Amino acid sequence: MRWLVNLALSSIGAKVVMALTGLVLVAFLVGHMVGNLQVLGGQEPLNAYAAFLHSKPALLWVVRSGLILAAVLHIVSSVRLTWLNNAARPVAYAVKRPILSSFASRNMLVTGLVVFAFLVYHLLQFTWRLTNPAFSQLHDAQGRLDVYSMVVLSFSERLIAGAYVVALLLLGLHLWHAIGSTFQSLGLTTPKYRRLIDAVSLLVCAVLVVGNVSMPVAILMGLVQLPAGVIAP
Amino acid sequence: MKLTLRIWRQKNPRERGAFVTFPLADVSEHMSFLEMLDVLNESLIDKGQEPVAFDHDCREGICGACSLMINGYPHGPLPATTTCQLHMRHFKDGDVITVEPWRARAFPVLKDCVTDRSALDRIMQAGGFVSVRTGGTPDANALPIRKKEADLSMDAAACIGCGACVAACKNASAMLFVAAKVGQFAHLPQGQAERKERVRRMTGQMDKEGFGNCTNTYDCEGACPKQINRRFIAEMNRDFICAELTE
Repeated sequence: MRWLVNLALSSIGAKVVMALTGLVLVAFLVGHMVGNLQVLGGQEPLNAYAAFLHSKPALLWVVRSGLILAAVLHIVSSVRLTWLNNAARPVAYAVKRPILSSFASRNMLVTGLVVFAFLVYHLLQFTWRLTNPAFSQLHDAQGRLDVYSMVVLSFSERLIAGAYVVALLLLGLHLWHAIGSTFQSLGLTTPKYRRLIDAVSLLVCAVLVVGNVSMPVAILMGLVQLPAGVIAP
Repeated sequence: MKLTLRIWRQKNPRERGAFVTFPLADVSEHMSFLEMLDVLNESLIDKGQEPVAFDHDCREGICGACSLMINGYPHGPLPATTTCQLHMRHFKDGDVITVEPWRARAFPVLKDCVTDRSALDRIMQAGGFVSVRTGGTPDANALPIRKKEADLSMDAAACIGCGACVAACKNASAMLFVAAKVGQFAHLPQGQAERKERVRRMTGQMDKEGFGNCTNTYDCEGACPKQINRRFIAEMNRDFICAELTE
């Protein structure tokens, strides 16, 4: 056990921690997006999907525990690394220019912090329903929690939909560097596959951003509407 | 041509430094950057002032002694070029040039633009060698090595240990240097016996010296005067993970 802690604290070991926990979080993002895209299909599929998830509490909590562990390790490790990295250059350069580094790679902390703040708001809004307690009162004809109306009502507000779009674009920027970086940290890149890995990371990023952004945009454009009987406040 | 130089002056490691501006006239475009600084220093000595301290030795781009952050680029803006091989024709008349030492906790400033880079030597002492007896000069091709592997080893061995990778990295990480020094042996049969201990010891020493951690931004590769490839960092990561999981 001690060797594992020492490994996680070493320079390369900490990168492995970032890479593996990041992979878990990306896998979750893909699953989360695919599930929620059912909002485009209407009230029935999304509410049925939500009810299905809540009907398996054991499975739900196993997945949630894994995600919480990955997120905590990812954040704690990144904060520690940022602190160490800042300490490694106590006197800043008067002039410093990037050479091969991308904008995304130099701003991982900022994009990560914005995504974290967004995550907290997202949980307050939809998981704990504390920002809009009235959401808990929404039920459909079968008596299930009306997740569909909750999402449509939320994204009908331009400010909230806009904030989601901005946060998702920053998440995309974070992932653009992160996915390719994962392969490098785990020692899986070689010049032969570098272009393929770059292309795959861009593709995964694009799919995640476009897929997630499509939901608030479709609702704002009126393509996805409230079901009959639910009245917007 | 006429230049304005903003150069970092610092008396010793303890005192705070500051930028001092020097106007310099009659700079020839055929001078190297260090020859231009020589001219500045001659004029300072003539005026009875302390010359600017900077590291230099071979002045032909192979020793790794010269350094200098020039206008925000280690070894100046030209790719694959050390400061001593950078010529003034790459600058324009009237340019303001900012000259700073490498900035890293592991490279303390000794005086002006001279830093103590012995942290890199201590990383080498931790495992950057082959300790088996090799005997006399072997016959050519007595030990068969694939051409591709020999070439990769030579690519890594091109590292001159100047520290530009550390200087360029936003985290002041020495990963490209260590990766090159690990990689030059990892591609040769002579390096195999100590392969696992080497990567663990050298990266362990790197962490102890107070370098930052790699975040895969690759400014190191762009700054490297010998164009050491980031592939060696990936290979070192792989070697380190294998060594940690199996030993």
